[in-house]
Amino acid sequence: MRKTRSRSIALVAVLSASALLTSACSSGGSGGSATTAGSGGGKVTLNVNLFGTFGYKEAGLFDEYQTLHPNITINYTSVEQEGDYWPAFLTHLNAGSGVGDVQGIEVGRIAQATSELGDKFVDLKTTSAKDSIAKFVDWKEKAATTSTGSVIGLGTDIGPMAICYRTDLLQQAGLPTDPTQLAAKMSTWQDYLNLGEQYKAKAPAKSAWTDSTGGLYNAILSQSQEQYYDASGKLIYDTNPAIKNAWDLSVKAAQNGLTAKLAQFSDQWNQAFSTGSFATLACPSWMIGYIKGQAGTTGSGKWNVAALPGGEGGNWGGSYLAIPKASKHQAEAADLITWLTAAAQQQKVFEKVGNFPSNTDAIAAVATVTDPYFTNAPIGKIFGDAAKSAPVQTLGLHDGDVKTQITNGLTQVEAQGVDPAKAWADVQAAVKSQVG
Amino acid sequence: MTTSSSTHRLAPPPPPGRPAASARPERSAWRQRLSRWDTKASPYAFVSPFLLLFLGFGIFPLIYTAYMSLYNYRLGGTKTWAGLGNFTWLFQDQFFWNALKNTVTLGIISTVPQLLIALGLAHVLNYQLRARNFYRVTMLMPYATSVAAATLVFSQLFGRDYGLINWMLGLVGVDHIDWQNGSWSGQVAIAIIVTWRWTGYNALIYLAGMQSISQDLYEAAAIDGASRWRQFTNVTLPGLRPTILFTIVVSTIGATQLFGEPYLFSGGGQQAYNGGASHQYQTLSLYMYQQGWQYLQLGRAAAVAWATLLLVVVFVVLNLTIARMRDRTPKIPATAAVEEVAR
Repeated sequence: MRKTRSRSIALVAVLSASALLTSACSSGGSGGSATTAGSGGGKVTLNVNLFGTFGYKEAGLFDEYQTLHPNITINYTSVEQEGDYWPAFLTHLNAGSGVGDVQGIEVGRIAQATSELGDKFVDLKTTSAKDSIAKFVDWKEKAATTSTGSVIGLGTDIGPMAICYRTDLLQQAGLPTDPTQLAAKMSTWQDYLNLGEQYKAKAPAKSAWTDSTGGLYNAILSQSQEQYYDASGKLIYDTNPAIKNAWDLSVKAAQNGLTAKLAQFSDQWNQAFSTGSFATLACPSWMIGYIKGQAGTTGSGKWNVAALPGGEGGNWGGSYLAIPKASKHQAEAADLITWLTAAAQQQKVFEKVGNFPSNTDAIAAVATVTDPYFTNAPIGKIFGDAAKSAPVQTLGLHDGDVKTQITNGLTQVEAQGVDPAKAWADVQAAVKSQVG
Repeated sequence: MTTSSSTHRLAPPPPPGRPAASARPERSAWRQRLSRWDTKASPYAFVSPFLLLFLGFGIFPLIYTAYMSLYNYRLGGTKTWAGLGNFTWLFQDQFFWNALKNTVTLGIISTVPQLLIALGLAHVLNYQLRARNFYRVTMLMPYATSVAAATLVFSQLFGRDYGLINWMLGLVGVDHIDWQNGSWSGQVAIAIIVTWRWTGYNALIYLAGMQSISQDLYEAAAIDGASRWRQFTNVTLPGLRPTILFTIVVSTIGATQLFGEPYLFSGGGQQAYNGGASHQYQTLSLYMYQQGWQYLQLGRAAAVAWATLLLVVVFVVLNLTIARMRDRTPKIPATAAVEEVAR
C-alpha cells in the first residue's frame, strides 16, 4: 500500500513536472511554476496538499469541481501520516517554496498554527470564504482564530466519539447487544468498567473488554473542556482533575485485566479487529471507515455503535483547510475550500468515507444516515448528538506531545506491570524534559 | 576547461628542448602556459563532481547541523541563540542517557553474535563443499531484503497473541512473551532482526578475506601437525585481522545508527519514536528523530546528532584499541612468523 502511494506520488511528480515543462514551453520559455501555469484562458492550477484521507478524491469532489470550473486544475497530493506531513509542511513554509495553495491542518496542530504561524496564512475573513465561517459547529472556527482575530482555516470534519462494539462477542457473554439498551447500562464510565467485569467473567477466550488503556483514557478525557492547558495557555495537565480521573479509570481497567494491551494503530491492534481480541472500543466517527477496512467484509453485521458513557459527547480529531499567504491564487483557493467544506460536499464525504461533517447544515442532513455494516446503526444521529453535546475543548501548543507521554505511561502500567505512581512520575519527567 | 582541452587536442605543444620555429613565439609560450595549467588543473576538474557533491551533501550538513545545535529552534517558531544550552539540556535529560544505554546494549547483543556467527559460517564455506555457491547466495539473501520488509515480517513472528515464535515457545510450555512491550525481550528481538540481516554480509566479507590467505600457510601448518582448530586460530584469524577490524568498524557505526528496526518493531507512526512505552529500546537515532520531527525541536535534534557523531568516533576508537590489544599479547614465534607472511 505504501508502495502504491509512493508510486502515485512519483506519478504526480512526473505529471506536474511535465505540466511545468509544457507550460514553460507554451509561454515562450518565460518560466513560471505550475501554479502560475499559462496565461491563456485564465487557466489556474491549484495545489492541494493534504494528509491521510480527507475523502475529497474518494468522493470524486475534485473531479466534480473541475467540471464545474473548467479553468481550474486541481493538483492533489496526500501524505499518509500526519506526523510526516506537518514537519515537511513547516519546512516548506520556512523555506518559502513548495507550499500548496490549499493545505490541511489537523486539529492537534491548530493551536500552533494560530499562535505561531498566524501571519503565514490568509485571513479567510478577507476572502470569498468569509460567509462560510459561521456555518460550522461553534468551537471549530473559534479554535482556528488567531489572537488578532483572523480566521485561518475552514473546518472539514470533526471526530465525535461513540462506543463501537462487537455484537457477536457481547451476545456470547450474555450482555445486551441493542445500542439503546447497552447505552442505558453504561451511563457513566464506572458503569462501563462494571460491564467489562461482567464481560470478562463470561467472555470467549483471548477476548478483552476494550482495546487499550490509551484509547479509554483518550475517550474519557475528550469529554472535558480543560485538558492539558488552561485558557491562558498554562500547562495544567498534572493538576487537572479531569486528567486524574481519566488516568485513574484507565489504570483501574488495566489492573483489572479489562484491556487487550494493544497499542492503537499497531499491526496487532489492526489484526484484532478481525480476531476479536477486544469487544468494545471508543471510536470517533472517522474510525468507522478504519474498522471496515481492518475487519473486512467478514466483519459486516457483527459491529454496532452506541453512545459514549458519561452523558456528554467527546471529540477526537478533525481538520481544517487553510490557504498559505505564499499562494499565488488565493481567491481561487478560497472559492475551492468554501465549496469543499459546504454542507452538500461534507455530506458526500461522510457517506463515502465516514468523516463526520463540521458544517451544522450537513450534520442535520446526515441525521438519518444508517450504516448496514454496523447492523444499520443510526450513525448519523449518534455522532450528531455526540457532536452537539461535546464540550468546547481548550487546545494548547503541546497537547499532542503530552498526550503521547500519558499514553506511554498507561501502556507501562498495562503491558509492563509498572506501578502507576512510577509510571506517572515517568510521564512528568518526559513532559518536563520536552515541554518544560 | 573545455577550451583548454580542445586547444590541447588541436595543437599539441612542441616537444620540450626544441624551440618552435614559428613566427609567433609569444603565442606558443601562451600555449605552453595553458598546457601546464591544463595538467595542473584538469585533475581537480575531474574530481570536482565528487568534491562538490561531498561539499553539498557531506560537509555542509555537518557544519549546518553544528550551527543549528547552538540555537533554540522549534520548527515553526522563532530561532534564538542558545550557546551550549542544547548540550547542557541534553546531558541532563534522562532519556538521552537511556537512549545511549540502549544503543550500547543493542549494539553489543546484535554485533557480537553477528560477527562470531559470520566468522564461523565463512570458515565452513571456505571448505570445498557441494553446492557451495548456493550456500553463499543463500547467505546473502537477508542482506538483499529491505529493513522495512524484514522488520515487518519479524514483528508478525514476534506477535504476542498470534506470533509464530510464541506459538513455538508455547509447544514447549513457555508462556506467551510480550516481545514488543518487554524491555529485554524487545531488545533481544531487535538484535535478532539485525543479526539475521547482517550476518551473511559479514560472512561474505570474511570469506573473501579468507580466500586471500595463501593456501601454503595451511599446508605448512598441516605438515607441522596443526589441527583444524589450530589452523583457524593461528592462520585464519591472524590473516583476517584487517578484515575483522573493518567489519568491527562498520558494525559499530551501523549499531550506533540503528533506527529502522526499533522504529518499525514498535509499530511505526508517532508513538514509535519513543522506542517502546518506557523507552526500553529507544536508540540514539530514534531519540534524535523524535526531538526533530515529533517535537519539532531542531536545535536539540542537531545537538543529539553531533553528540552521536562524537560517540561513533569514541566507540570506533575504543573497539579498534581492544581489537589491536591482540598485538601486545605474547605470541608463540611460529604464529608471529605466519602472521608476518600473511601480511
